[in-house]
Amino acid sequence: MERLIEEIPSFFTIWNIIFLGKAMGVTFLLTAIGCLIGFSVGGLLAIFRKTKTLFLLPLRILIILYTEIFRRVPFLVSLLLIFYVFQIVKISDNLFLIATITVCLIATAFIGEIIRSGIESINQTQWDAATAMNFSYFQTLKEIIFPQAWKVILPPAFSFFIMFIKDTALASQIGVMELTFTAKILNNKGFSPLLSFGTVLILYFILSFPLDRFGKYMEKKLVSDRN
Amino acid sequence: MYQIEIKSLNAYYDKLHVLRDIDLQVKKGEIVSLIGPSGSGKSSLLKMLVGLLIPKSGVVKINDQAINYHKKLDLRTVREKIAIVFQQYNLFQNMNVLKNVCIAPTKIQKRNAKEAEEQAVNLLEKVGLKDKLKSYPDELSGGQQQRVAIARALCLNPEILLLDEITSALDPELVKEVLDTIRLLASEGMTMLIVSHEMSFVKELSSRVVFMDNGSIVEVNEPIIIFDSPKEKRTLDFVSKILKDK
Amino acid sequence: MGYTLVYTQVLEFFPYLIKGAWISLQIAVLAFFGGMFVGLVFATIRTFGNKISNKIVIWYVTFFTNTPQLVQIYFLFFALPEFGILLSPYVAVLVGMTLNAAAYLCEIQRAGFLSIRQNELDAAKTLNFTLVQQVKYVILPHIMKVLFPPLSNHYIIMTLGTSMAAIFGVEELTGRAFNINSETFRSVEIFSLTALVYIVITFIATFLLAIVGRYFFKAKMRIIQ
Repeated sequence: MERLIEEIPSFFTIWNIIFLGKAMGVTFLLTAIGCLIGFSVGGLLAIFRKTKTLFLLPLRILIILYTEIFRRVPFLVSLLLIFYVFQIVKISDNLFLIATITVCLIATAFIGEIIRSGIESINQTQWDAATAMNFSYFQTLKEIIFPQAWKVILPPAFSFFIMFIKDTALASQIGVMELTFTAKILNNKGFSPLLSFGTVLILYFILSFPLDRFGKYMEKKLVSDRN
Repeated sequence: MYQIEIKSLNAYYDKLHVLRDIDLQVKKGEIVSLIGPSGSGKSSLLKMLVGLLIPKSGVVKINDQAINYHKKLDLRTVREKIAIVFQQYNLFQNMNVLKNVCIAPTKIQKRNAKEAEEQAVNLLEKVGLKDKLKSYPDELSGGQQQRVAIARALCLNPEILLLDEITSALDPELVKEVLDTIRLLASEGMTMLIVSHEMSFVKELSSRVVFMDNGSIVEVNEPIIIFDSPKEKRTLDFVSKILKDK
Repeated sequence: MGYTLVYTQVLEFFPYLIKGAWISLQIAVLAFFGGMFVGLVFATIRTFGNKISNKIVIWYVTFFTNTPQLVQIYFLFFALPEFGILLSPYVAVLVGMTLNAAAYLCEIQRAGFLSIRQNELDAAKTLNFTLVQQVKYVILPHIMKVLFPPLSNHYIIMTLGTSMAAIFGVEELTGRAFNINSETFRSVEIFSLTALVYIVITFIATFLLAIVGRYFFKAKMRIIQ
């Protein structure tokens, strides 16, 4: 225990603090980019998945396959698969890029499903009224469905974002300089694992907890708005 | 010359045969009511006309022009001529009353926005909702929402109006205001196909009544005959049961 | 490109790989039921306990749901030895996953508790049910119906979560994939195959859970997508 207290000043050097701070940034960036892309591309996937024309059937099948695959494979396995594919195809060896692409692929699958649920939650009667007035599929989505669906989409999407921060910990396994990898480095450097992993746990908490509270507050507001 | 002509029309919801060999002709300005038990296909017939239910076989002609419900262009054409008001009003929850009424004319029919808005205001005044222009659907009563739905349908300048059980979802005290609005429209000569359970209203307003059962048209005649001395037994059974319940 | 996908070399390791799925299943099931039990205790404390124990559980749940499971296991594996507690990789993963699951399953079960306190108890009381009858015929069936979907969902999440055991050397599905990889270096083939196995496993699990949920618990479950 005394050893631990002795170690604290040498652990919390400016250098280490900056090191950890940067890692926090990387973790957050990975999550944020993943969710932003996930929201945009996922939204497109949801929109095209619900089209009804025969012409777009191959696209719909592809979207379904894609979504099911990336939602049913563990993050670690997806990450390694993409890592090794990159090695073969030799596009880049930038670890952050590989992790970001993995993160985007996974987030797109999950958020796409959330958006699809949101769209489906809107009563069919709204579609009937629009179709009977000659609204096209895309016009109906833009003018009528999405303005109503976003309230149903936002809470689970935000929940996903917060959960995803924790998932990025696995990016440490290919050497991306995010928080978990940093903890391992500090541990390997000889610092007490209690300090290394303990501090990183707390840092994750600092990232996640305020967002979690904000998410709950936002959900309360949306429910009260509806009433 | 008929405004609506339906010949040997068959339609299915998945495997369910909801419209069987429908033959019907409607002249311009006529008010035709559809009555019958639940599931008889009355609403399905209206939905079919606006393309919400695609027929499997048969012919539909509007103003002597055949409509192919599988072709996008024909669907657009028929929806420009026929407007429908639903039982659940189906107002767009994310827009206020005025926007609900003039959004289709503006965005879909590509009319001049100001002109469409003017017409919308006039129509809303006509149905008695002048002071509710900026209200949202969830702030209105059922009767008010239904009147907005009627104004919305009329703003499309249709030749034919379809009314699908528009009072069935309303509390009794709100039914009158909606029926009065329809009476007003009838007096102005709009062709209407009405599905309703309000028998006295049907008797008062219709030029002809169609009794449907189990997807087929059983009998078509003037209201007097359908209600007082129908030719078919099924019609008699239905009418006497309905009138007894009243 | 200069690389050809050769699956045959990898397929001879397939039985070895599949047996890893059995270990993954063990871990998932043990951690799930362990977590459910502890979570139930926590949920009970949260619903009926005093202020202090309530606060403790809240802190526990908040901490475990706002930090990554991987780092939690790292902590158990590397930090506990400082206190003289040495855990094998398998046990560390199991304990870590159980503690993590306890937090989430506490919240899920608590929601289940809250969903019945209002209406059903009143109805049962007016029908003159004894306490035992109330629990057996009204409360328990209702709770099972409400809880089954979110619990199943979390179970699937945990099944995928077992893959991080590989990082600690446990020879479950992903761990075996690592081993095969270091022997054959056919990385893309192995990990794509492993991915496929996970997909199949989760499909089977989702399907079975949906059937059980629908017919035994009358829960609202979608059997096919």
